[in-house]
Amino acid sequence: MKVMNMVQAINDAMDIMLTEDKSVVAYGEDVGVEGGVFRVTEGLQLKHGVNRVFDSPLAESAIAGTALGMAIAGLKPIIEMQFDGFVYPAMNQILSHISRFRNRTRGKFSVPAVIRIPYGGGINALEHHSESPEAYFGHTPGLKVVIPSTPYDAKGLLISAIQDPDPVIFMEPKRIYRAIKQEVPEEKYSIPIGKAKVLQEGEQLTIIAYGAMIREVQKAMVLAKQKDLSIELIDLRSIWPIDRDTIRESVRKTGRVLIVTEAAQSYGPAAELISIVNEEAFLSLEAPPTRLTGHDTVIPLPMGEKYYMISPERIMFEIEKLIRY
Amino acid sequence: MFDKNTLDSYKPTDNKMFSRIDDEGVPLDKNWKPDLSSELILQSYREMLFERTADYMAVSYQRQGRMFTYPPNLGQEAIHIATGMVIKDDDWFVPAFRELGAWLAKGVSLKEIFLYFKGNEDASRFVNAKRMLPVSVPIASQLVHAAGIGYAMNYLDEKAAVFAFVGDGGTSEGDFHEALNFASVWNAPVIFVVQNNQFAISVPLHMQTKSINLAIKGLAYNIPSILVDGNDIFAMHEVIDYARKQAIEGNGPMLIEARTFRMGAHTTSDDPSKYRSKEEEELWAAKDPLKRLKAYITNNKLADLSNEDALIAEYKQKIDKEFEAAEQHPAYKLDDVFTHMYQDMPAELKRQKNNLENFMKDGGVK
Ligand SMILES: Cc1ncc(C[n+]2csc(CCOP(=O)(O)OP(=O)(O)O)c2C)c(N)n1
Ligand SMILES: [Mg+2]
Repeated sequence: MKVMNMVQAINDAMDIMLTEDKSVVAYGEDVGVEGGVFRVTEGLQLKHGVNRVFDSPLAESAIAGTALGMAIAGLKPIIEMQFDGFVYPAMNQILSHISRFRNRTRGKFSVPAVIRIPYGGGINALEHHSESPEAYFGHTPGLKVVIPSTPYDAKGLLISAIQDPDPVIFMEPKRIYRAIKQEVPEEKYSIPIGKAKVLQEGEQLTIIAYGAMIREVQKAMVLAKQKDLSIELIDLRSIWPIDRDTIRESVRKTGRVLIVTEAAQSYGPAAELISIVNEEAFLSLEAPPTRLTGHDTVIPLPMGEKYYMISPERIMFEIEKLIRY
Repeated sequence: MFDKNTLDSYKPTDNKMFSRIDDEGVPLDKNWKPDLSSELILQSYREMLFERTADYMAVSYQRQGRMFTYPPNLGQEAIHIATGMVIKDDDWFVPAFRELGAWLAKGVSLKEIFLYFKGNEDASRFVNAKRMLPVSVPIASQLVHAAGIGYAMNYLDEKAAVFAFVGDGGTSEGDFHEALNFASVWNAPVIFVVQNNQFAISVPLHMQTKSINLAIKGLAYNIPSILVDGNDIFAMHEVIDYARKQAIEGNGPMLIEARTFRMGAHTTSDDPSKYRSKEEEELWAAKDPLKRLKAYITNNKLADLSNEDALIAEYKQKIDKEFEAAEQHPAYKLDDVFTHMYQDMPAELKRQKNNLENFMKDGGVK
């Protein structure tokens, strides 16, 4: 075991897979010499060589499109989109080809690529540096989408993503990159994609969240505990496929559910989760399944972020409304 | 004077750079005379000095925690001031984000620039700047907007040019190439200025492209293109002035590679020592555009610039005032998040806004 933050855990997962599997390569803007603007790939070029970990020219569409080419030709590329907002130029390749190549060729070609995207707000950044675009990917048939909330999960999920025969969007909650330190095994281990995790068992209400919102929910749960409320917390971890079993079991038990996402509301992940709750646990519900999400607005620049980002107090406010319902 | 013959004698395929003065401020051609009056030369020097002072101060405000991430302009001032001297109110300015002096010339206030980097969208209103676009964060995406504006200028029969900026890294994006192609096909009056400052964050030019220079990229689109010494205000001014005349006379786009060096960090969050050498930095320090112009002025006895302390102190005071104005800008309100999403706020957005207001009444936001 070694104490790691999420940056180190992701770096460690990449290091292990680069060492073990010669078909793995990693590239993107500033990924090589600089080790990424968040230092996630730090030291990897030095250790694994410039043919395996390298800087690409500045062009996200080409970064994604070349990853498809590499993948169908036998490599396992891990590409980095420098920030969430810069995956947009790559959407054409991701939505039109990467997600569809297996189906288009009836399984003759598959795209075992990992697209890493640091995402989310709360870091006082410029525009296009604070987005939560997971719904676009979850909505795209053919992609898998994962978001860890801890260093331990980040390492295990990334190893699964690299080993996965299909394209995986691996979103990294940059706001908590260095905020959480945890004991992480030094050896290789994997966490299955498509499995949620119950972080806290409870009786009165289920909260489903993921990524950086987990920490905010946990802070709210401290407030809830002071009021003797018993809350169950599910870390979704996998945005697609979604773990119906864990959701069903939990909501059938508690009868109340609150979904918390930083992503904007309309047609977002919370809407999908509420549909699943209705399909799986309708007769157990004692209150309307509720969502607390980002507004349907552009995420504001730093001075306005306090009106957008979801605080523990806001979560507590919704918890109390639901319990009282 | 810079004319078509001069342009033709700098074919990008020859990889020669158009300069007027050397690193010591001495004209490269004895018969050359600047196209700027002594008055304007001195003015451009003062504007470069002002830009540099404001830029230093911006970095220091950031260091004091009074502003968020800021991208320094250090070393690229000649390009900005030359542009500022040519651009007119009716011309469009389509910036990337590292063109401070040109922004000021266009009428953007320092207060607005500081407010932007303090994280407030109000900054992009540009109260006194006409036809000025806001920062375009997604690299090179703004260039296609410029081509569209250029089409509109032709269509509306307006005699105005479009100044579109991008960095060396930006020339790798598809949007750069698509914009050149559209502007060329449409004969749009767009002046594409590539500030080649040798780096895209940590990635050096030779890893960005195998082209022998960046001007050459315009040739495939049949756009007149030239590699200019971006640290030489005389050369920059002549070329930009020529490009604008061509554009408004209906001769279509031009591509200018302004070769320069990003003497500072990429942004205040970046540490260049990780990816470039002191030697390289020193090599370029010798080509500092401000130093070169100052040498020219001194060589030609246009003014005595030996003691600038009083001038810089005066600039600093002015800059501090602008910063204070940014700090005193009305506080960010909840409404500011919602109001500008649509002309008429849809009911659903009103509902979301009300929810937040109710929470703030009951639960409170710190
Ligand atoms: C589409 C997109 N990808 C990545 C980034 C992150 N980024 C910001 S500036 C920059 C480098 C830009 O280099 P260059 O075009 O040479 O301009 P310079 O910063 O040198 O002025 C990068 C990669 C971005 N803003 N937009
Ligand atoms: Mg550059």
